[in-house]
Amino acid sequence: MTPAEPPDAGQARAEEGVRMTLDEARAVAAGVPDPELPVVTLADLGILRDVLPRDDGGVEVVITPTYSGCPAMDAIRDDIRRALPGATVTTVLSPPWTTEWITEEGRAKLREHGISPPGRVVSLAPPTRAEPAGVCCPRCGSGRVRLVSRYGSTACKALYTCAACLEPFDHVKEI
Amino acid sequence: MIDALEIGDDCLVLSQRLAEWVTRAPTLEEDVALANLSLDLLGQARALLSRAGDEDDLAYLRGASGFRNCLLVEQPNTDFAHTIVRHLLYAGFLFELYAAHPEDEVAAKGVKELAYHRDYAALWTSRLGRGTEESHRRATEALTALWPFTDELFEGHQDLRAPWQSWVTEVLEGAALPVPAVAQRTGGRRGQHTAHLTSLLTELQGLHRDHAGATW
Repeated sequence: MTPAEPPDAGQARAEEGVRMTLDEARAVAAGVPDPELPVVTLADLGILRDVLPRDDGGVEVVITPTYSGCPAMDAIRDDIRRALPGATVTTVLSPPWTTEWITEEGRAKLREHGISPPGRVVSLAPPTRAEPAGVCCPRCGSGRVRLVSRYGSTACKALYTCAACLEPFDHVKEI
Repeated sequence: MIDALEIGDDCLVLSQRLAEWVTRAPTLEEDVALANLSLDLLGQARALLSRAGDEDDLAYLRGASGFRNCLLVEQPNTDFAHTIVRHLLYAGFLFELYAAHPEDEVAAKGVKELAYHRDYAALWTSRLGRGTEESHRRATEALTALWPFTDELFEGHQDLRAPWQSWVTEVLEGAALPVPAVAQRTGGRRGQHTAHLTSLLTELQGLHRDHAGATW
């Protein structure tokens, strides 16, 4: 929630003709909010992989999708180019994104906004019928929760209901 | 090595089939789940078909005989049981294929997604098989209709049959669904498809045929 600079700072500075340092460009890219989960940034989610200098003095921003079919990738590319005019955006698939890359700060922000953050990834392929352990209701903190569907409002989330406060909530799936 | 055209076509065609459920699945949760399965496969299809050539040309400009997908994925949705059983059989295969190719970046990413697909299909197969008399009857019919297309999955992938068989058998036994003794059909990998692919492509390619080069 507190990027070093707001996402539109790059544009403002570009209009002023000021050339940003690589560190400044990194901070701007890191602070771009995720279009589907705007409470967290690209850096919080681990989607931002790198910000590199180009030979011509510009920057290259490297991102990776959470899931292969993530429909937010086009919006993320546009948002980065808006925040950093002239930047090239490269998408890589390898190494594959994992919820382990979601930062502690990102996990706290998700919880604050009613989304249960992922637990630790224990194996590549969870055995069938294994209920993820340790899922707690992000509203009341109860561990008495029930999995409603393995697929929630986006591919990266599952839908749960809390048996204590009866509220439904999203849980970011371990992957 | 993963054949980008064969597996890319499998993913594209199955993605389209699953998307046909959107707004008409039995419950809202399953509507969302099937759409998410479709989306994962579409992402994998795009990455694989881009490796084989131009993804748009490959998706929109080929006739049925140009497609190299297996016959299983083009089979119609029919009902929820058919959709689940088809996904059980195919996701079980694709999971093994991806797991066997960790050096391939599409597979290394896709295997984690397919682990969830496999799990989803297994849980529903168990519910349908052990649910009501009607759900058991429909699951049995689906298995009888779709089992004939399973041999083809292993053309060129014989090493994957044993792990697939062991997983599928365990799920089916747990669901009280016996494996049917039915004759096998192949041909998709050689471009010899069932008529179902033609009608699927009519819908998939319709917009491009009517408005070539249209952009969003």
